[in-house]
Amino acid sequence: MRKIYGFHGGIHPPENKHQSLRSPIADAGIPPELVIPLSQHIGAPSRAVVAVGDRVLKGQMIAEPSGFVSVPVHAPTSGTIAAVEDRQIAHPSGHAAPCIVIASDGRDQWIEHGGKADYTSLDKAELLERIRNAGIAGMGGAGFPAAVKLSVKPDIKIETLIINGTECEPYITADDVLMRERAGEIIEGTNILRHIVQPHETLIGIEDNKPEALAAMRAAAEGSDIDIVEFPTKYPSGGEKQLIEILTGKQVPSGGLPADVGVICQNVGSAVAIRDAVVDGRPLISRITTVTGEGVAQPQNFEVLLGTSMHYLLDKAGYSAEKNRRLIMGGPMMGFTVPSPDVPIVKTTNCLLAPAESELPTPPPAQACIRCGMCAEACPVTLLPQQMFWFAQGKEFEKLELHNLFDCIECGACSWVCPSNIPLVQYYRASKAEILQLRRDTEKSEHSRIRFEARQERLAKEEAEKEAKRAARKKAAEERAQQAATAGGDEDPIQAAIERAKAKKAAQQAGGGEVSELEKLEKAVATTRKRLETATGKLETAKAEGSDLVEALQTGVDKTKAKLEAAEKALHDYQQANSGEQAKPAAPTDAAQAAIEKAMAARAADASLSPEDKARGQLEKLRQRLEKSRTKLAESRENGDEEKIIEALEATVERLSQKVAEAEKQLQETEGA
Amino acid sequence: MRITSPHAHGPMSTPRVMLNVLLATVPGIVVMTHFFGFGTLVNILWGGLVAVACEALALKLRGRPLGFYLKDYSALVTATLLCIALPPYSPWWLIAVGIASAILLAKHLYGGLGYNPFNPAMAGYVILLISFPVQMTAWAPPRGVGELPGLLEALQACFTPAAFDGVTMATPLDVMKQNNSLLVKDLWQQNPQFGRWAGVGWEWANLAFLAGGAWLLYKRIFTWHAPVAMLAALTLMAALFNDGGSSASGGSPLFHLLSGATMFGAFFIVTDPVTSAVSVRGRLVYGAMIGALVYIIRVRGNYPDAVAFAVLIMNFAAPFIDYYTQPRTYGHQRSGGGE
Amino acid sequence: MTDLFAQYPLLTALIALVTLGAVFGAVLGFAAERFKTEGNPIVDQINAILPQTQCGQCGHPGCRPYAEAIANGEAINKCPPGGEAGIQALADLLDVEAIPLDEEHGEESVKKVAYIREPECIGCTKCLQACPVDAILGAAKQMHTIITSECTGCDLCVEPCPVDCIDMVPAEEEGLQSWHWELPDPVARKVEIIATDAPRDEAA
Repeated sequence: MRKIYGFHGGIHPPENKHQSLRSPIADAGIPPELVIPLSQHIGAPSRAVVAVGDRVLKGQMIAEPSGFVSVPVHAPTSGTIAAVEDRQIAHPSGHAAPCIVIASDGRDQWIEHGGKADYTSLDKAELLERIRNAGIAGMGGAGFPAAVKLSVKPDIKIETLIINGTECEPYITADDVLMRERAGEIIEGTNILRHIVQPHETLIGIEDNKPEALAAMRAAAEGSDIDIVEFPTKYPSGGEKQLIEILTGKQVPSGGLPADVGVICQNVGSAVAIRDAVVDGRPLISRITTVTGEGVAQPQNFEVLLGTSMHYLLDKAGYSAEKNRRLIMGGPMMGFTVPSPDVPIVKTTNCLLAPAESELPTPPPAQACIRCGMCAEACPVTLLPQQMFWFAQGKEFEKLELHNLFDCIECGACSWVCPSNIPLVQYYRASKAEILQLRRDTEKSEHSRIRFEARQERLAKEEAEKEAKRAARKKAAEERAQQAATAGGDEDPIQAAIERAKAKKAAQQAGGGEVSELEKLEKAVATTRKRLETATGKLETAKAEGSDLVEALQTGVDKTKAKLEAAEKALHDYQQANSGEQAKPAAPTDAAQAAIEKAMAARAADASLSPEDKARGQLEKLRQRLEKSRTKLAESRENGDEEKIIEALEATVERLSQKVAEAEKQLQETEGA
Repeated sequence: MRITSPHAHGPMSTPRVMLNVLLATVPGIVVMTHFFGFGTLVNILWGGLVAVACEALALKLRGRPLGFYLKDYSALVTATLLCIALPPYSPWWLIAVGIASAILLAKHLYGGLGYNPFNPAMAGYVILLISFPVQMTAWAPPRGVGELPGLLEALQACFTPAAFDGVTMATPLDVMKQNNSLLVKDLWQQNPQFGRWAGVGWEWANLAFLAGGAWLLYKRIFTWHAPVAMLAALTLMAALFNDGGSSASGGSPLFHLLSGATMFGAFFIVTDPVTSAVSVRGRLVYGAMIGALVYIIRVRGNYPDAVAFAVLIMNFAAPFIDYYTQPRTYGHQRSGGGE
Repeated sequence: MTDLFAQYPLLTALIALVTLGAVFGAVLGFAAERFKTEGNPIVDQINAILPQTQCGQCGHPGCRPYAEAIANGEAINKCPPGGEAGIQALADLLDVEAIPLDEEHGEESVKKVAYIREPECIGCTKCLQACPVDAILGAAKQMHTIITSECTGCDLCVEPCPVDCIDMVPAEEEGLQSWHWELPDPVARKVEIIATDAPRDEAA
């Protein structure tokens, strides 16, 4: 007899499993329409590879994985693709998600497929590939891709392979019937898993409230090394971490994986699916789902095609909508209410629970927490739920993390025992989401900071480079002047010209700094342009005459052109810098700075105003903008700018006019009100 | 509206917890009534009335729905616990002041049920003890030692204190404290109220409260940690400092376990979840500290009984204890707590 | 020796005090050397809390300058993108009281990103120059576009645009991926009776 370890806490809710165990697994048949969500697992959603109108066969891949943690999706029956669109799926949010809709033809025609009964001849990588291609994702309810779970790093030695047949949630019996009816297939699947991970020992854990399943499994495992372990019923012993502790006494480190303590866990449903994939070559296209609760007349287990509407399946069990207050996917402890009964069954749908109001009453209003500590006693991971509730209310996220919020498995034991009916799990879920959001925000702000600093640095560098060039130019000019001064002896024409130019310059400078600078630049442009014109003229004549000088003249023209461009640029820069200076003297080139200043001034003006005044201010601003745009448009037209620009400006003017009209209307309304 | 899992809920509810606590006080009240007459019962009836009125007033002022909050019975529990601790035949105003302090000051000023840092009943008790020491130490002599008043006289004592001038008698704890000349053996011989182990009536009342507490433990209303730690610490202290019965003796462990409010405190006051530490280790520390403090204050302090003071002092310390006794979470190497 | 002390109590007291002072001084001096922390300067810590939108709503050209200003005693409530949570964090860090957001600098709103209506863009590069985090891609006379993942939503690019083709749109719409559970709402549970002091408009 194996030693059974315990785990802290746990509860004993009423099991309610007998209702759905009265009859064997029934076949739910082929519904006329199948809606197959592209994301039925944890990880990246699959990518559709079929188009509307395509005919697909049963077992044909209709969506491919889009990453490592992703699985393909297969057609559960033959038919035509009716749509690839967003449909409401089974998710607590009630949101829609991309789905492939198949109109079934009822022929249920298989695609060509084949397995390998002698799986031992395949190596690990090939087996994993087959499992991955079959689209198997954790059938216990979480939906983690089985192949990812099985691909552990080669340096990690797996001591124990655990097959989870616990099914500790009340009401659910899907695994129970599977073990009763298909024990042989489970063992076969387990043997494939053993072949893949090569563990020292293989355990199948089953709670003692399933004597028939235990007997069936023991009979099937007869003569093999697989150990069927029976242990006392307690919720949530089926949680992966709890089961590992029960069977091995080891605890998975916080934030780690079972493989870190040499354990791999798989659900019995996954074991069967793996066997089907490897031996028969049959992908995951159906599963066993329990339909139970007082809202259905004949609670039982169905083998159902993925994508079948829940309503279709419920009707098979004699569903009466008026009896049923809310429909739950999964069990009463960890399941969630589905937005409508029309959403499809997916790989993780182990149970549809349609309870009557008397069965699972709507929770009464929460009372004050009296810190009775029953939650701490029930917590399977030894948290202090009452303290965490306190911190969650106050949004003290740091303290929540200090109290190991992220180790919470959301099993609901604390809420179940809470005498004050506090929805503790919801507090934890919301807090977790908020903390994760906060972490993302911090990451993003750090990223922005780095980018901002990089930009500042770049701007500073550019500025420094410009400065350096300017200094170099100045120095060169000085040197030249000096050379000229030293070289010049008697009255020579060059010196005389320089003198003249200097005198002119001096006169100009005396005439007034700013204006003369501008004039000088403008003049430079004008003279250069004139020279260019002369040079071009000469070039034309030379070309016409076929002179030898064409080449030389050509270079001259090019040079002058470059000079003209430089002069124009200098003028333009100067003008811009000047206009910038008027608006913002401190840092003329930094447009961001200017924008900030403007925005700030606007905000400061806004702050003290009444809404009416604000509206008026807004209107005024819009009018100004409109005016500005109109001027720009007029200018553009005058200058004969490109058609496109004029059009854009026209559109802007129009839009702004509209905005002004709107604002006026609004203002009138506020004033009227 | 979306409801998160779990959709199922266990059978326990806060009103049920409170009712269970009320029920568990019954044996103790019966024994007290047997030994001290109807005084305690009258206390509780009048106190309960005042408590509900105060609670309703506070809820009204705070704009809360009355029906919903009154139904949690927490005011009644506070009133019952405080009235058990008060001397029988207390005047009506004493009870009213005590209850009003407990409900209004100690509970609602801090935000109501679940938010009070101090045990309301004990806060009310201490306020009375400090303000009205004469009335608060006027215990009636137990059956067999003095005359017991009837129900009518009990009512008179409560509502027309002037008309009733009951005989009072020092409690065994008082006598033990005041004594500095007699050997413990002689104390027992000279004072009729000492009874077999720890005082006529007191010993049985303590045993009755122990029984009530055991029932609550069985019903899993609270865990054993705090009460057992407190009783163990008290026993240990008494045993350590027990000098065999000299005139300076603090009293034997048995005397301490069965006199005064020991059992009542251990199972009905120390276990108040709101004001105690929350983790298992925390509750052990919390209980043990109260036990040790009870002995120290009883023997060395100014007041004969000490449960109220010890509990209030440890109420202060509860958050601190919580901080350092966070349990080791699944998958974590060392215990948390501390930054 | 003892006699001497008894004779001159004043001297004794003086010696005692000086000795104590010397001893504690030595201990403190040693501790200051031995346990010196090379922690972040306060400006870095403040900057780490600020949202790094570089939006300038606080009146400083970027988050770091504001962090420096805060370190020099400026009010901590001038950052609308950081919101109440940011103010709380700053208050905790600086051990001052959290004060409500200064509305003069704008209001806390949902997170936004800029969006350029591309057909209307004339390629003027004005927004490129205004963007504090280089989140706009484009060149002269080429259509510009926002790199959404880099955009901080500061809206500094809206003003310079001559054709007004930049919109601020909510950063992410609620979808399957972004959806999460909200804290339980006491009102949603039919009655306003959770024991927290829920806001009561009529009584306030």
